[in-house]
Amino acid sequence: MKTIVAISMAAALLATTASVSAETLRWARSGDALTLDPHAQNEGPTHTIRHQMYEPLIIRDVTGAFEPALATDWAPSADDPNVWVFNLRQGVKFHDGADFTAEDVVFSFERAKQPNSDMKELIGSITEVRAVDDYTIEMVTDGPNPILPSNLTNLFIMDKGWTEANDTVNVQDFEGGEITYATTNANGTGPYVLQSREPDVRTVMTRNDNYWGIDQFPMEVTEIVYTPIQNAATRVAALLSGEVDFLQDMPVQDLDRVNNADGLVVKQAPQNRVIFFGMNQGADDIEADDIDGANPLADVRVRKAMSMAINRDAIRQVVMRGQSQPAGMIAPPFVNGWTEAMDSESTTDIEGAKALMEEAGYGDGFSIRLDCPNDRYVNDEAICQAAVGMLGQIGVTVNLDAKPKAQHFPLITDGQTDFYMLGWGVPTYDSEYIFNFLVHGRESDIGTWNGTGFDNDELDAKIESLASNTDLEARNADIADIWRVVQDEQLYIPIHHQVLNWGMSDKVGIEVDPEDQPKVKYFTMN
Amino acid sequence: MLAYIIRRAGQSALVLLIVGLVAFAMFRFVGDPIDNMLGQERTAEDIERLRAQLGLDQPFVVQYYKFLEGAVQGNFGVSYRQGRPVAEILLERAPATLELAMVSGVLAILFGIALGVFTAIRRDGWLANVIMSASLIGVSLPTFLIGILLIYLFSVELGWLPSFGRGETVDLGGWSTGFLTESGLKALILPSITLGLYQMTLIMRLVRSEMLEVLRQDYIRFARARGLRDRAVNFRHALKNTMVPVITVIGLQLGAIIAFAIITETVFQWPGVGLLFINAIQFVDIPVMAAYLMLISVMFVGINLLVDILYFFIDPRLRADRSGGH
Repeated sequence: MKTIVAISMAAALLATTASVSAETLRWARSGDALTLDPHAQNEGPTHTIRHQMYEPLIIRDVTGAFEPALATDWAPSADDPNVWVFNLRQGVKFHDGADFTAEDVVFSFERAKQPNSDMKELIGSITEVRAVDDYTIEMVTDGPNPILPSNLTNLFIMDKGWTEANDTVNVQDFEGGEITYATTNANGTGPYVLQSREPDVRTVMTRNDNYWGIDQFPMEVTEIVYTPIQNAATRVAALLSGEVDFLQDMPVQDLDRVNNADGLVVKQAPQNRVIFFGMNQGADDIEADDIDGANPLADVRVRKAMSMAINRDAIRQVVMRGQSQPAGMIAPPFVNGWTEAMDSESTTDIEGAKALMEEAGYGDGFSIRLDCPNDRYVNDEAICQAAVGMLGQIGVTVNLDAKPKAQHFPLITDGQTDFYMLGWGVPTYDSEYIFNFLVHGRESDIGTWNGTGFDNDELDAKIESLASNTDLEARNADIADIWRVVQDEQLYIPIHHQVLNWGMSDKVGIEVDPEDQPKVKYFTMN
Repeated sequence: MLAYIIRRAGQSALVLLIVGLVAFAMFRFVGDPIDNMLGQERTAEDIERLRAQLGLDQPFVVQYYKFLEGAVQGNFGVSYRQGRPVAEILLERAPATLELAMVSGVLAILFGIALGVFTAIRRDGWLANVIMSASLIGVSLPTFLIGILLIYLFSVELGWLPSFGRGETVDLGGWSTGFLTESGLKALILPSITLGLYQMTLIMRLVRSEMLEVLRQDYIRFARARGLRDRAVNFRHALKNTMVPVITVIGLQLGAIIAFAIITETVFQWPGVGLLFINAIQFVDIPVMAAYLMLISVMFVGINLLVDILYFFIDPRLRADRSGGH
């Protein structure tokens, strides 16, 4: 009898404490994090989950601006232009209770530079990270690096002691079949603590009541239940039926349905991703066309004509149902170097395009294959189909070849396509990132995504100099010069900036973050 | 007899080997896993290093051989996507698929036989005609459409049943079961109807036509002439004799239920091996795809082998004539 009373009292106690302020956020999107190991994969959904549990030195807030996380402030060293100094936050504890100190930062950066790490390219310029004292860090770069902080916003800090105790010092190695502890467990300093995780099924996190910023941020969600739902119709149904409070990866055709449903809202913002076509101008003759012995894409007039044939407003209205922003340059709007003038340089002019084709000697047109992904960007294949019709108006007969992303992207990186679709996001918010991958001539570790065959040594030198130019004004002038060349050469045909949509119950309060990385500590619940 | 079984088993093993070979020859057309495994900042060097590390630079026959070498030792490799051993992942996912298949199978058999008998006995009744017409839907509508229709009706509009997932599960020594919680049972309803509908209509139509055939037989007429009650005639004499072909079909369909749970699992985000396979295809997770395909072919080959052996017992001609097949 006594035990029964005790149990029922305990149950009653539990029930009351649970009802005080338990706010569960049931969150769904199409895919799951690939791993919890902070340095094993550099991929959006994976970072998003880590951001709830781990923290970098600096994060971006919902507007994309820097916000101090584990570092309180940072600046280039006064004595040495190759050094950045970071002051660390004091009194921070990891989930297991260990203290956060400079030693953990040094350790985490060393770990992120290991060969198996997927983060090593982002911090490639860092040659040494040293602890000055327990709460001060110096980062030495191989030359002055004015934009180093923007490469650190997804670089998570682990506890050295925990990592060593659990034998997970090395970044997860696929081939060895090594299952590291860090793949399925987490011990960060972040606002939420991992409770349970079944990959692809469910990940549960609860609020870290010892979080350093618990009074600074809303932190109204006490429990996060994260469920990947792959099928778009099921995902929307789960939101409509109230089984999910917050949804990423909203299918555009269901936006109105969700918006019109009682108690649900859709919020949107321009996404950090621009969609464009690339053209191989470098080859003497290309395989994907029907012209022998010449490459029509090598002629800038042809490239301009093709860009002029694309009606971006029609794509926006018909294919994207209004969910895009026509683009004139291949940089998302909040990136350093973006200008409104350049972003509106794309105009549709069929007659003008025809005249240019005539002038270039291709008045009768030509035919070419367009390679397009069908499972990567919003309505990617439909955009390509629309482009087929538009280019047909100026005599360019396009044969569309749409494939899953796993088959499409190797074509670009291996140089097997002459006309292709690509989308690009800029995690550093700086044009240098775009130039490094898409404009610089292709080499083994730079220009890796430049499938255009464009290779201009003078421009390459200018791009390389950006990395160490500490005079920000001069650097911005160089960026503008490089953009001018990219625009005049019509290196790419910009299509649009994607718009990001988050569907949510109206009790959830959060603004859309351009990186598509919701951080639950900013959420309010009412 | 032993020779017959050994010969059949040998043939089965050969079929398995060929299935694996074809599968490995096809993987290259699914795409390049490297692209998914490395972020967009990767260098050409990283790609080459990882390709060599995973053995993807070798001809598919070599890759296949390595897979077999591991597989006979019970090692199916490590998933490219999850970075965990494939065997562990499959074991973790199997209960979800098996429970779903079991419930679907039981539903299909119970309702299929009951409705089949009913429509055969009341051949011209209006209800029987309605059921027969409705069963055309089960045969002709694609599974994903049925699933989505059920979700919209029972989850979105009525709000009675969950639209995705397995609900809460209880772990019984490594076997996670949804049978013991209310939410787990609720979550089973829609997917199992979706998955079992085709089999149910198939069984129903088979039972009906067999039953109609049997009801015309002389012994049924004699039974009626003897004045036996309808129930005794229909169930004791008629149904029993229709069951032989029905059981054969049910046996074969059970394999199909497990193998084709892929679509149902995708629609309902059911965390079974089918959903795992779909994810693996999208990511070009070769170890998972290979292990799944081998597992499914082992299952089918095993069922066929069992059927062959059963034939041996049932059909005396096989025993006499060793040279021919059947």
